[in-house]
Amino acid sequence: MNAGPSATMTNPANTSSPNEINLRKPDFQSAAPAPNGAPDEVAIRADKFDGWYGEFHALKGISLEIPRCRVTAFIGPSGCGKSTFLRWMNRMNDSIVGARASGTLTLDGEDLLSRTRDVVELRRNVGMVFQKPNPFPKSIYDNVAFGPRLHRSFRSSDLDELVENSLRAAALWDEVKDRLKSSALGLSGGQQQRLCIARAIAVGPEVLLMDEPCSALDPRSTASIEQLIRELEAQYTIVIVTHNMQQAARVSDRTAFFFEGSLIECGDTDEIFTNPRNKRTEDYVSGRFG
Amino acid sequence: MMAGLPATARARRSPAAIAASAPANSQAGRRAADRSFLALCLGITSLTVVILAVLLITIWNDGHGRLSWDFLTNFASRKPAEAGVKASLWGSIWVCAICALSALPIGVGTAIYLEEFSRRSRLTSFIKLNIANLAGVPSIVYGILGLTAFARLFGMASADSPITLGNPESFFYLQLPFGHGVLAGGLTLMLVVLPIIIVSSQEALRSVPRSLRTGSLALGATQWQTTWNITLPASIPMIMTGAILAMSRAIGEAAPVLVLGVPLFIRSTPTNLMSDFTVLPLQIFNWAGRPQAEFHELAAAAIIVLLAVLLTFNAIAVVLRHRLQRAAG
Amino acid sequence: MQNAAAVSTAARSAAAASRRGTARSRAARDGTERVIRGALLGCALLSVASTFTILVILLAQTGQFLAMPEVSAWEFFTGTTWSPLLGAEKHFGIWPLVTGTMLITAIAAAFALPVGLVVAIYLSEYAPARVRTALKPVLEILAGIPTVVYGFFALTVITPFLHDHVSESFGTYNALGAGIAVGIMILPIVASLSEDALRAVPRSLRDASSALGSTRFDTSVKVVVPAALSGIVASWLLAITRALGETMIVALAAGGLAHMTANPADELQTMTAYMVQIFLGDAPAYGVEYRSSYAVATVLFAMTLGLTIVGNLFLRAFREEYE
Repeated sequence: MNAGPSATMTNPANTSSPNEINLRKPDFQSAAPAPNGAPDEVAIRADKFDGWYGEFHALKGISLEIPRCRVTAFIGPSGCGKSTFLRWMNRMNDSIVGARASGTLTLDGEDLLSRTRDVVELRRNVGMVFQKPNPFPKSIYDNVAFGPRLHRSFRSSDLDELVENSLRAAALWDEVKDRLKSSALGLSGGQQQRLCIARAIAVGPEVLLMDEPCSALDPRSTASIEQLIRELEAQYTIVIVTHNMQQAARVSDRTAFFFEGSLIECGDTDEIFTNPRNKRTEDYVSGRFG
Repeated sequence: MMAGLPATARARRSPAAIAASAPANSQAGRRAADRSFLALCLGITSLTVVILAVLLITIWNDGHGRLSWDFLTNFASRKPAEAGVKASLWGSIWVCAICALSALPIGVGTAIYLEEFSRRSRLTSFIKLNIANLAGVPSIVYGILGLTAFARLFGMASADSPITLGNPESFFYLQLPFGHGVLAGGLTLMLVVLPIIIVSSQEALRSVPRSLRTGSLALGATQWQTTWNITLPASIPMIMTGAILAMSRAIGEAAPVLVLGVPLFIRSTPTNLMSDFTVLPLQIFNWAGRPQAEFHELAAAAIIVLLAVLLTFNAIAVVLRHRLQRAAG
Repeated sequence: MQNAAAVSTAARSAAAASRRGTARSRAARDGTERVIRGALLGCALLSVASTFTILVILLAQTGQFLAMPEVSAWEFFTGTTWSPLLGAEKHFGIWPLVTGTMLITAIAAAFALPVGLVVAIYLSEYAPARVRTALKPVLEILAGIPTVVYGFFALTVITPFLHDHVSESFGTYNALGAGIAVGIMILPIVASLSEDALRAVPRSLRDASSALGSTRFDTSVKVVVPAALSGIVASWLLAITRALGETMIVALAAGGLAHMTANPADELQTMTAYMVQIFLGDAPAYGVEYRSSYAVATVLFAMTLGLTIVGNLFLRAFREEYE
């Protein structure tokens, strides 16, 4: 029972839900053009996508579309395959023994699963933020500059500017501008996570994948990250995996519900939370299981 | 008391009843066993401390009278009063430096390959098994390997008329085969300590959290960029601690060097990689093997010098470990 | 926190700035990666090469030795006389050297295995943290002392002690003095590896035992030690391997007389001590005596390799238990 590719975008700017009144994102029409200026509204498209870990069939026939410059949330109980699916989008599963996939998964119409695909270039284009903040044991500056230095050689003034803008984009600049050279490990958990977002932004990605980015944070840090996510969507296609349904309702435009490796339902967030088509979705979002 | 139980259970006695029916072990006896075992532990553990104390004290008593600046700056001699450790001390320093410079890159490289680059394959598990087994090979057998591979180059070139490159007086002098010069000695000790360095470096790399690696890979870093920029810097203090312990093993080894056939009596310090040498442990062996008490005193004095070098090494290791703990906490 | 417009402006600038540098080429990057991977694999294969080379050298030289007219393979593997350097008739029967090695190892093991285990139990189960931090360095120093120093210790302290206080029959060179010194050398290996094994036993097991009313002795000896047994046995096997291959102590303190004896007061020769005697230059290179040392090395290598493999099997069983 898949929503399938037929679940296309409706304009989320016109919809509203009671618990996100204060966090409306910028108007759809006024949003900045996508970085690559692609005319297609769909950034990532999966069609009959299957994923395995060895013998374990982790993802079964997933078909969905992820709109450009919008926030899409993956929800579902633990082990439902949502994180696994996320990790296929930047091929982080490559390093896992026995992980394989079939079907179609494309970014901007280009095959993500191809053997000849340059994984390094893909990951530059698809950034990832992890469950636990994982700043490198380096200075704040070096954390942000790490990615850019890998891919290009910069003049130092350009690099300074890039680091500053990335930290500004992660709403961290004002808090750390006086101690860029001190260790990133001295930051608070929420600051560390925003640093990881800045680090991902600095390589100039088009897509940001977030794997439960707030699950290790306190409520106040969570609120600041959620606000940041809403602010970043003008520029980035964001996919966020979350266990927290309120969070999905607060930050996302689109929601996909996974259950036991299958995509049960995918649609506008308001739709999923107020008027789900599937009984299991309704049970899950209303907290009856999971 | 069992009236309420179902019929099947009625015939059985309760666990408490069975337990109560058995004769009790003497509580006093058990407590006495506990106490005497503790006494045994304390006795035996203090025995090890006593052994170490006796060892260090007798060596100090035997040797400290011979310690002097002259002892460090004189060559070995037939006359005990004039004998010193200059040749063997410098030989040890040269050989250890060569050993460190060769064993560290190869050992750490092997560990990086096994921990960061290898896929789960038959080759990988064979290499791992092989390293585990190498750790158990007696050091004298490594001496035989060094003798054949380095000192004699598998007999491919004659030891009597070696192929020479450069001027024997200069630092850049090389000959094939290496003969029993410091290069052959250092490389032989490299074989001895390689398994130690590999295993400790593997542990060091394994201690780096997985999340740092995935964080780097997700930014588009290659495996090597991740290793070089993230994993290796994070594990370097632990790698160095292991390497220093390996070096202290190398500096104390006598058997593999002995097998190379180094001359027992040397009155020069090395000047290039082909120079003849001896090492402190071999000098100690030589002196300790003689019957005269004077030479035993010399051996004890040389042991004090050797232990002082080892103590310095270990002090460095302790400082590194402290830094590591501070960085981690 | 900044306002939304500032964030998206900054994000746009960051995206632009990230494209400003000169891109690096994929070919160069992939090439570097491949070269480095190859170099690292080369390092790893070096250790395989050294095992292989050891095997080839030992087997080839042993083959040549056994093919020599003075030697017969049958005598080598079954003979009980080893007299390669003496007079007209040379005998190459390996057993005197093997039994000599075994006697030294047995003495060392009889001392170090129980003592090491008791020290490990004390450190892991009884010792207060302060005592532990004081005792660990003692073991580390014992482990770090070069074996030639233990040889000297055997010669100048243990043997005179045995001669003066135990029996007049202990001469300058004897098996017991050398064996005890080897035992002291392997003691820290047993103690620290066994302690690791004991500490790896989950706390819950100790708690369960205490909750049943066990004394600390009951818990240590009846619960923790059995649970850690495979790790303890692995440490024993490793220590025995080291004792078999120990060279400098026996070369200094056990003597040079190859004969079959079970008397710990006797002088005897081990396999390693014989090799030292040959390589120190008592025999002409490439002669039959010289080659015989390779044959002895092969036997020693086979023994230690066998023990190492068995020890690793034990250790693997031990790891599976707690991971």
